[in-house]
Amino acid sequence: MTRSPIPRIVLSVIFVALVFSPLAIKRVAARRDAAKSRLDAQTALGRHGFYFEEVSKAAGVNFVHQAPTLDAKLNHIMPQVASMGASVSIVDFDRDGWSDIYVTNSGEGSKNALYRNMHDGTFKDVAEEMGVANVNQPGVGVSMCAVWGDYDNDGYEDLLLVKWGRPELFHNDGGHGFTRVTEQVGLPRWVNANTALWFDYDGDGLLDFFIGGYYPEDVDLWHLANTRMMPDSFEYAKNGGRKYLFHNLGDGKFEEVAEKVGINSHRWTLAASSADLRGTGRQDLFIANDYGISELYFNDGKRFREVGEQTGVGFAPKSGMNAAVGDIFNQGRYAVYVSNISEEGVLIQGNNLWVPKEGTSGDGIKYDNLARDLGVEIGGWSFGAQFGDFNNDGTLDLYLTNGYVSLDRNKSYWYDFSKIAGGHSMIINDAKNWPAMEGRSLSGYQAKRLWLNDGAGKFVNVAQAVGVSDTYDGRSVALADLWNRGVLDVVVANERGPLLIYKNNVTPENQWIEFELEGTASNRSAIGAQVTLFWNGQHQIQEVAGGSGFAAQNQRRLHFGLGKFPQIEKAVIRWPSGKTQTLDKPATAQLHKIKEPA
Amino acid sequence: MSNAAAGVVHAGAPPLPQASWKRFVGPENRYLAPAFITCILLAGHLSFGILESYKKTGVAIIASLITEAILGRIFTGKFPNIASAYISGISVGILVRSPAVWPYLLCAVVSIMSKYVLRVKGRHIWNPSNFGISVLLFLAPETVATLSIQWGNYLLPMIVIWCLGSVIIYRVRRFHITATYVISFVMFAFVRSWITGSPWQSEIAPLTGPMYQLFIFFMVTDPKTTVRKKFWQCVVVFLVALVEMILRLNQVVYAPFYALFLVGPLAMLVDIWFESRRPAAVART
Repeated sequence: MTRSPIPRIVLSVIFVALVFSPLAIKRVAARRDAAKSRLDAQTALGRHGFYFEEVSKAAGVNFVHQAPTLDAKLNHIMPQVASMGASVSIVDFDRDGWSDIYVTNSGEGSKNALYRNMHDGTFKDVAEEMGVANVNQPGVGVSMCAVWGDYDNDGYEDLLLVKWGRPELFHNDGGHGFTRVTEQVGLPRWVNANTALWFDYDGDGLLDFFIGGYYPEDVDLWHLANTRMMPDSFEYAKNGGRKYLFHNLGDGKFEEVAEKVGINSHRWTLAASSADLRGTGRQDLFIANDYGISELYFNDGKRFREVGEQTGVGFAPKSGMNAAVGDIFNQGRYAVYVSNISEEGVLIQGNNLWVPKEGTSGDGIKYDNLARDLGVEIGGWSFGAQFGDFNNDGTLDLYLTNGYVSLDRNKSYWYDFSKIAGGHSMIINDAKNWPAMEGRSLSGYQAKRLWLNDGAGKFVNVAQAVGVSDTYDGRSVALADLWNRGVLDVVVANERGPLLIYKNNVTPENQWIEFELEGTASNRSAIGAQVTLFWNGQHQIQEVAGGSGFAAQNQRRLHFGLGKFPQIEKAVIRWPSGKTQTLDKPATAQLHKIKEPA
Repeated sequence: MSNAAAGVVHAGAPPLPQASWKRFVGPENRYLAPAFITCILLAGHLSFGILESYKKTGVAIIASLITEAILGRIFTGKFPNIASAYISGISVGILVRSPAVWPYLLCAVVSIMSKYVLRVKGRHIWNPSNFGISVLLFLAPETVATLSIQWGNYLLPMIVIWCLGSVIIYRVRRFHITATYVISFVMFAFVRSWITGSPWQSEIAPLTGPMYQLFIFFMVTDPKTTVRKKFWQCVVVFLVALVEMILRLNQVVYAPFYALFLVGPLAMLVDIWFESRRPAAVART
């Protein structure tokens, strides 16, 4: 050993500095966060180009979600088991050109709501008179997610409702009411699902639909045979519900073909999204699973191939709760955002932003998780998220809601949760082994995220600065231009909480354009149709989706922000039928209604 | 985690000639523990993807090795054996969970530096990676967590690791430490269950996870930071389990790391104090 004390003194000083360096990092971060505190409307408008006002009450929407009360055997952990069901989807069910809102409820006997847009800034709940309210009766389960698609191409969007219970399909009778067609369609008697989406997987012009099971379908959560119904691992569970793919036969009937076409999974699915990830003209299927890895199914037209591991999205297991796609770099390629769990000091999974790797494409496409690099990784106990251009600056931003169970603010269940989550399958699988929650919170009262895309490879959270100040247990997020103003408003469904409507106010300097597509040879909802907009030397793609995020569906029309002084070159529409259509220099600040050419 | 490569034990009489396989899995093989932990890392990652990325684990390992080489050269005048630093680095790479890279770097560097700074009478008193991980968990909880997942759904990987780990730890004459800790943990799990009313299965559950397997095979058995006598080694590890129980009753998520962080150095100081008195006592006699 060296005899001189100087090196040891120097080393000790460096050591102490390093040991306490995390505190310095924390101080810098705290100072940065302080800068994000709420701004007044004009300052937010000047600094970020937009601000939100929460207007649900002013709009006549007083919906509050109720959670279910499941079998008494789960009483000790009821708040965390009965923790989903708040969902929201946007639909223009009466084809009046204004977006309406459908929102699910989950208390036994509670009612879902269909808010008709009254064109004057208010909404009116017409679910009861339309016949889609009373769907949560004891014995048939409770609602978890609703998505809309025109399965018979009559021009009116039909309603697929999935539950922890009996799934339902309602036919839209010309916007004047709905007829329940569940039995005719041949839906299963019971599915415990949290996600569904419409897409025309085989390109025959008829919408098919996917349902992703969460709990196994033989589990009736109100009448449990035993308590061994929990996942058998926190990160590798394969004892969840099965997946369904209903192929539209064209006569009001469907055939279930999931296994036949290669979708055979019993992971705990919470979210799904379909998009043409490879540029094949067919919609691939991305599935985000809780307690495990995500799955990616390449659509070969008649069959699917699971390529999660091959593409890189299906290796590290997390707690997938969202799947949303967006062309975040304006390069004509989709990134996929999957939300997970991060809790300070306990579990830092981080959310995933799967971005196509440079130089890969087609069947050889691979993805990198760039969530950290781009700044969208940590979002608490994250749930629903959607991409949208909130300030119309020409790049897609990201809205994320979060928070799991908000009960006692001063008591946390995390210690007990982490204890059991690390246990072996024979322990974790049995609900009776889970410690009682006793009114404690589990990642409750969390601040939401709205990450603004700066167009240069970074997202910055401005949620609180632009008025997103709620801390409810957020689940489902849907985006729509609710009042036809050329901006994206945000609707958020909260578990055991109110439905929130964030009305967007955007600086008029930033331009926009919207497209509403209607298929003829393709499915009439135009789900799967893609618009590539070329302007100012860049291009962005967007695709009509039949479900996105967590238990949500955005408006059917596609909204592009354009920034200041846009010079639009063209818009290229690729229809699901394979036809392409080019619009030269479409006018800005307009909604373009386009029908698929014959 | 163990930075003594498990091979560095306080052997008594010179070893007798042994069969080659026995030498390979014997206490004189200081690369046995590094080989074992590498197998755990590879098996865990290739089977179940326990690592978030190779890059972060690589950063931790390389940072440990470089720090050890530099400090060893400065303070001992020669390049030290890197087996110990390798285990520290790989332990940090497995146990630290963070979306950022800097915690891996910082934890590895601080862990190795602690060996050279926090010394009493020529012995370092904290298990290096236990020190580094505890410091980070305490000071940077918003960025750092530790491994808290399972080895898949299967019993087999767990049984293999337990059996292999037990054999290796037995061969390097540290099995009594691991056994004492496991027995104490299980006993205290039932005590906690009785006190809190939680199901006993939930109290046992952490022991079935990989974090504990690494903790009991590599961290509590570290020869450089455990006391010298076999009996007192058992007493100390029992006290670690006892303090862990107290922390758990206060809902401290990382109770085992903090318990070892608190008990380990105190035990070492007492051991050093006794050691310092021994020659005097012998002289008086």
